[in-house]
Amino acid sequence: MNHSSLKRLLRRTEIYLLGILVVLSIVLAIVNPKFLTLENIFDLLRNNSFLGILALGELVVLISGGIDVSFTAIATVSQYVMGVIISKYFIDNILVALLIPIPVGISLGAINAILINYTKVHPVIITISNLNVFYGLLIFITGGKWIYRFPHSFRTFAKLKLVTLVNERGIEYGLSVFTGFWILIAILTWIILKYFPIGRKIYAVGGNMEAARRAGFNIFKVQLFVYCYIGALAGLASFVQAQLAQIIQPNAIVGRELDVLAAAILGGASVFGGSGTVIGTVLGVLLIGIIKNGLILMKIPAYWHQVVIGLIIVIAAGITAYQRKLRKKKGLV
Amino acid sequence: MKVRNYQIIVLNSILVFLIVIMTILTKGRILRLESLQAVAFQMPLLGLLTLAQMVPMLTGGIDLSIVSNANLAGIIVALILTKLSGWYTVPLAILAGIGTALLVGALNGFLVAFVMISPIIATLGTMILIKGISLGITKGYIIAGFPKEFLFIGDGAILGIPMPFIIFLVSIFMVSLLLNKTIYGISVYMLGSNPIATEFSGVNIKSVLFRTYLLSGFLTGIASLVMIARFNAAQAAYGESYLLLTVLACVLGGVNPAGGFGKVSGLFVAIIVLQVVATGFNLLRLSSHLANALWGLILIFVITINRTITGKWI
Repeated sequence: MNHSSLKRLLRRTEIYLLGILVVLSIVLAIVNPKFLTLENIFDLLRNNSFLGILALGELVVLISGGIDVSFTAIATVSQYVMGVIISKYFIDNILVALLIPIPVGISLGAINAILINYTKVHPVIITISNLNVFYGLLIFITGGKWIYRFPHSFRTFAKLKLVTLVNERGIEYGLSVFTGFWILIAILTWIILKYFPIGRKIYAVGGNMEAARRAGFNIFKVQLFVYCYIGALAGLASFVQAQLAQIIQPNAIVGRELDVLAAAILGGASVFGGSGTVIGTVLGVLLIGIIKNGLILMKIPAYWHQVVIGLIIVIAAGITAYQRKLRKKKGLV
Repeated sequence: MKVRNYQIIVLNSILVFLIVIMTILTKGRILRLESLQAVAFQMPLLGLLTLAQMVPMLTGGIDLSIVSNANLAGIIVALILTKLSGWYTVPLAILAGIGTALLVGALNGFLVAFVMISPIIATLGTMILIKGISLGITKGYIIAGFPKEFLFIGDGAILGIPMPFIIFLVSIFMVSLLLNKTIYGISVYMLGSNPIATEFSGVNIKSVLFRTYLLSGFLTGIASLVMIARFNAAQAAYGESYLLLTVLACVLGGVNPAGGFGKVSGLFVAIIVLQVVATGFNLLRLSSHLANALWGLILIFVITINRTITGKWI
């Protein structure tokens, strides 16, 4: 009974989000008709695919009751390793470029999981330390040099479209292949959480770790899975980011941890674990993306964007906390 | 009790080990007066911010907004210092800066204690919000050039002791007095170790939490004054790397991230450890990024050692 009421609550969070998205889109479309053009929407989806993929990884970690702030450093390291290999040996094969960062990300994620499991210290502390370690060592070893000489296939793949349309000025635009990556990862994450045994275990461990341990769950396996999963997605996202930017700068990704966390939390994932959905997270990323896009279209200086995002987080968290308080009161009576 | 002794021994051993290593590597330069004075000038900023982080952590919370808060307060101080002139400018600026920091602390306290948002999220929100306000006010520019009387806070000295260090010592003394000798302090530790028992023992949890974030705001305000007086400038994005460092310094100093345990004395040693690494690396002309990596490694090392020796954390 408790479970179904929780589910209902979550569904409501998503409906709120969807409602806000629709209202916001209508307002933005009235202010600037450009907003609702397919071209703008496709742009929005492409530009947010990097954050969208990472937010799905963070979702899985949050559901398990953990938190990861080191994924930006993991993404940076795996991106750099890929960049060095393909530019040094000039490997003109996009599949190789795609397959390098993912195992690097998985290995670094495994380091997080092992330390978190062994020390039993709050994951935020371990991942903060590892953010410093991974990133600090990378910059120290590489000297922070940029990489910008890429093989032909690396450059052409970025322009690949799943759907191609032509606008009234005769310029081609379309749904980027990276949006496809994002959709694919969303579906994969949804399937893992809903249909795989590990998905059920992630919810169980996040809901009540001690109960899950006593029920005979292997906590370490769950932790290993979630931190390696976000590591793998960090690797994939770093590939997307490198493709979109066509340059690898070691300082391009670190510092965006909180954007990703904000999107996942806005989407209804709880920092206490046990709750959160794929749809909520996707909507959270879209909401933040649309707000930023809308503010740009309304020509509001970039400095004020952060104020709006910060207010949204505080209000969203306030509503969630208020709902939890109501639920607790009901439970007590 | 014994367990915490282990931790203090581990931390002090690391400090001694680092000092010996750095003395050998720098051929004794780190023990010279200039180096020690550099430490005494640089340490207080991190130290004050870490104090501001410690109090919420003792209650089992965290304050991610301290650096943004320090920057906003710094910008308000800088605006008053550069736009007004008169005998009242410096005191007014200081009051306004601390007032701003207290206001942000009160907002955090309100969100955590009364709206009951988890501290990570509440202070994440205020962090982004406040940084946005700072950027909006300054448009990303730096406000620089303050009167001499104000700069004394950052580079002055009394009897050869750097002013920032004096401020730091006074703050440390005040905070340890508050934590160890007052009912408020006892409530903080109780709240951190067992919130439900604390509530049933008749402590007003909401009030204790609110005052905790207010105190954190106040210390942030002091840190802000030291920071902009040292840089002779204020900006929306100063010192962002300090945020993770404060958490690191707290944990290194024996503050349990889950709340309830941690002493100001441990924190003091931890800050010296971090500063010895930074100053030593500076003398050796090594990258500050390597220092960052080493800080992270030291923290993981301490946590792992504690876990191995004691079988549990704290």
